[in-house]
Amino acid sequence: MSVISAYARALAVQTGRAQPVATVRHVHLSATPMVFIPLKLAGEAAAPLAALVGTDPANPRLLVVPQPRNRDLRFAFMAELADVMLPYVESFAGVTETVEAKTPYERSSDAPQLLVPNRGGIAFTKLLGRSTRFRRADGPYPVHPSVPVLGQWLTFLAERAEYAGSSALVAMTEVLALHWATGQSPMEDANLATQLAWIAPPAGQNGPEAALAAEDPLTSPPAGPETHPDFDGQVLDHAIRAYETSNSPAQVREALRTQLEPTWTLMWQAVRLLRELPEAATVDARWAKDRDQFTRETARLADGGFPRGRIDGAVSAAIRLADLESALQTYEAQRAFDDPLVMTEHRVAGKAFSGEVVAVDATRRIVPPGKTRAAPRPLVTIRTSDPVRLSPGKRLSSSRNRKQKTEIVSIARDLVVIQINDQMGRGSTPAPGSVPEVGEIVCYAELDPSGGQRPRLPSGEDTPWTHGGPPAPYVPTDEDAQEAWS
Amino acid sequence: MIALTPEQAAADATAAILADFTGGPHRGVIVDSPPGAGKTTLVVTAATTLADSGERLMIVAQTNEQVDDLTDKLASKAPGLSIGRLHSDGFSVPSRVTRHPGVTTSNKIDQVEACTVVIATADKWAYVSERTWPWAIVDEAYQMRSDKLLAIAALFDRALFVGDPGQLDPFSVVDTERWAGLAWDPMQSAVAVIGRLNDLPVHRLPVSWRLPASAAPLVSEAFYPFAPFRSGTAAADRELKLATAGFPVAWDRTLNEAAATGWALHELPNRHTIRTDAEAVQACAGLATRLLQRGAVAHDENDTHPVSPDRIAIGCAHNDQVAAIRAAGVPAGITVDTANRLQGREYDVTIVLHPLSGRRDATAFHLESGRLCVLTSRHRHACIVVARAGIAELLDNHPSTGRVQLNVPVKFPDGWEANHAVLAHLSDHRVQA
Repeated sequence: MSVISAYARALAVQTGRAQPVATVRHVHLSATPMVFIPLKLAGEAAAPLAALVGTDPANPRLLVVPQPRNRDLRFAFMAELADVMLPYVESFAGVTETVEAKTPYERSSDAPQLLVPNRGGIAFTKLLGRSTRFRRADGPYPVHPSVPVLGQWLTFLAERAEYAGSSALVAMTEVLALHWATGQSPMEDANLATQLAWIAPPAGQNGPEAALAAEDPLTSPPAGPETHPDFDGQVLDHAIRAYETSNSPAQVREALRTQLEPTWTLMWQAVRLLRELPEAATVDARWAKDRDQFTRETARLADGGFPRGRIDGAVSAAIRLADLESALQTYEAQRAFDDPLVMTEHRVAGKAFSGEVVAVDATRRIVPPGKTRAAPRPLVTIRTSDPVRLSPGKRLSSSRNRKQKTEIVSIARDLVVIQINDQMGRGSTPAPGSVPEVGEIVCYAELDPSGGQRPRLPSGEDTPWTHGGPPAPYVPTDEDAQEAWS
Repeated sequence: MIALTPEQAAADATAAILADFTGGPHRGVIVDSPPGAGKTTLVVTAATTLADSGERLMIVAQTNEQVDDLTDKLASKAPGLSIGRLHSDGFSVPSRVTRHPGVTTSNKIDQVEACTVVIATADKWAYVSERTWPWAIVDEAYQMRSDKLLAIAALFDRALFVGDPGQLDPFSVVDTERWAGLAWDPMQSAVAVIGRLNDLPVHRLPVSWRLPASAAPLVSEAFYPFAPFRSGTAAADRELKLATAGFPVAWDRTLNEAAATGWALHELPNRHTIRTDAEAVQACAGLATRLLQRGAVAHDENDTHPVSPDRIAIGCAHNDQVAAIRAAGVPAGITVDTANRLQGREYDVTIVLHPLSGRRDATAFHLESGRLCVLTSRHRHACIVVARAGIAELLDNHPSTGRVQLNVPVKFPDGWEANHAVLAHLSDHRVQA
């Protein structure tokens, strides 16, 4: 926990209300997000029990598995879910825009966004994808043809959720924690009901009171995917027995509706709260990445792409790791440059500083290391009262021009001297405006929004001997869908 | 084995490694080297042996500093050898490399590929393509993440992987559980991956030339339980003398203990503190200052020299602790750094802020045996550990309970056990502040 977030939590306890830790919204919020609240059967790894799903707050669709131990009913449930989700996902595939790049390409103008209550919801979405994407409409245990397609999309969304800054599949408690600090522990914040109680308590109550009331499982049942044990034993068990004798799912549906509807209301309340925040500057650029990936996945599936493997090969694992790291680095830097409150965390930690420019040597020219000709390398002196814990040679970026590379030359008490290395035009002196001027308030941080460069890796077929050699090519079989836990 | 002198044991090991590497049937040979066991000497010997028989060779190290050190040593040992130092654009090669006439430096592979030996960091090698070398030596291979090896593995036919298995594992800021248990988990070290996917011979260097006789048995037992090594020097070969007698205060008593025995535990009262514990930080900076003021002199098997600031290091676990200790006023020239950056470095005296000092919990990060191993194995003469009392009780309250992942090889030593072993030894050298 950083100093700022610890302070904000203490302040929340003192004032009895959650404190903002961001001034802008750092996630994309679709105009038509799909809220998805899945429940699973206790004691099973991936047995779906029910889901409340939809894009209209007033009109959720309740799907249940009246006997969750029956595998045919589970896949009937998945087919029903596909019936809701696939038209939603595929509605974004047709509309594209042309991206002006070195080689212009088509990108979907919008993409699906799935909102789940918590991290457990993402993990369960991933498991649902894994248990359905290898299924087939023919062969030994046939399922509805839409089930494996849904599995592919759930897998795509769950894998996107691993990338920092992606908004394709979002856990609501995590997004709220990104913008508000409550007076509870981070673990308690994983409960959507109590977290929202701190952020927006009902009239006449303060945060702790509202959170205490929200801890009652009768008024605020768990947001899933786990259900409350008392509900399992006292309500669900009887309802499932009733289904087995009467063959009518009505009682199961009613029981699960009571467990899901309170969370449905909370999810849309959270969406409204988030909509009130202005969107951060780089959210759009990150959402464009999600749209790019969505476009690629659409094309891949249209080409009859195989379901993604359960495990990564040596090369794809290395590529994914590099991409995950790059996404995180970019996201952290963008978030700080977008939001002064987030930047404060870095300033308190000594990784960033803000201050007034007191001197500029704009005409300085030196021969940079490894070069033969002199080039402009202006020096800027900044007076700051921040506790700077950086050392000479560290590379910095600034929100003035996020692409401009600068490095620290010296630090003496409250004066930091930095050297500007690029983005000054082609002339022998820096282009106007490319170098800060005396009196300007600037903020520099040891954060790199570029995300670094990924070295070239061999293709999967060229996996070297050190990493086990090339893997055998994938051939789909009837056994693909078998799992120890299913 | 017992009858062999350290010199003979080390020479035998080197001969066996070279025979296996240049003449054996395997595409790779792994060499596990404890701290200060002459790893660089082995790399230089292997390189010159290959070069003498007319073979072309590439050398991979992990940081520019390591590459420059290696280039300097290689060029000093074999002045006639043509060495290409490949570096990144904008990097200024230090004079200890450029002073050798046999060394060509460039940021372009075409300028140096004609050299008998080409040497660069793994990151730079990743951008070289469409060329191959029959031989490669990968130095500090346990520090190398396996995805970096993947990027360069197509460049060589056969390779010698040299490294210290007791050091810190590679790490990442992202969640890597997804790959846990895979043989090619990109988060493992390069050696772990080639070892799991190929049947390669593993050699060990049996003698530490750095660690004094007072430290080698403890470090060997605590961190290398299945690959024991011994010190190359006897107790009488190393002596640390303080020129002035000192006052009867805790700092001076701690220094006396360290000078006399090679170890000291400067123990502060038991307390839960923030990471940048002001008293512990003050003690680290103060001990370093007093050590210089009292004029320490080190006698070893080579010479007698005063312990100057560049021969002293202060090590800790976190960057903010480094910053706090620097801010507390450390004499100029003394190295203050985290365990990660102290890897592979050597000093006469080290002062260590114990990773668990003042903590309420013992997380996997703070328990990692590699971290403590790096911190307690950088010294030639003495190691002073600064810690709050109560670490042993903290360990007992937090038995290590990492999540069990299928197919992940069990790693020895266990951090919990290694921490206890070090603490038990330090308790005989305790000075209460």
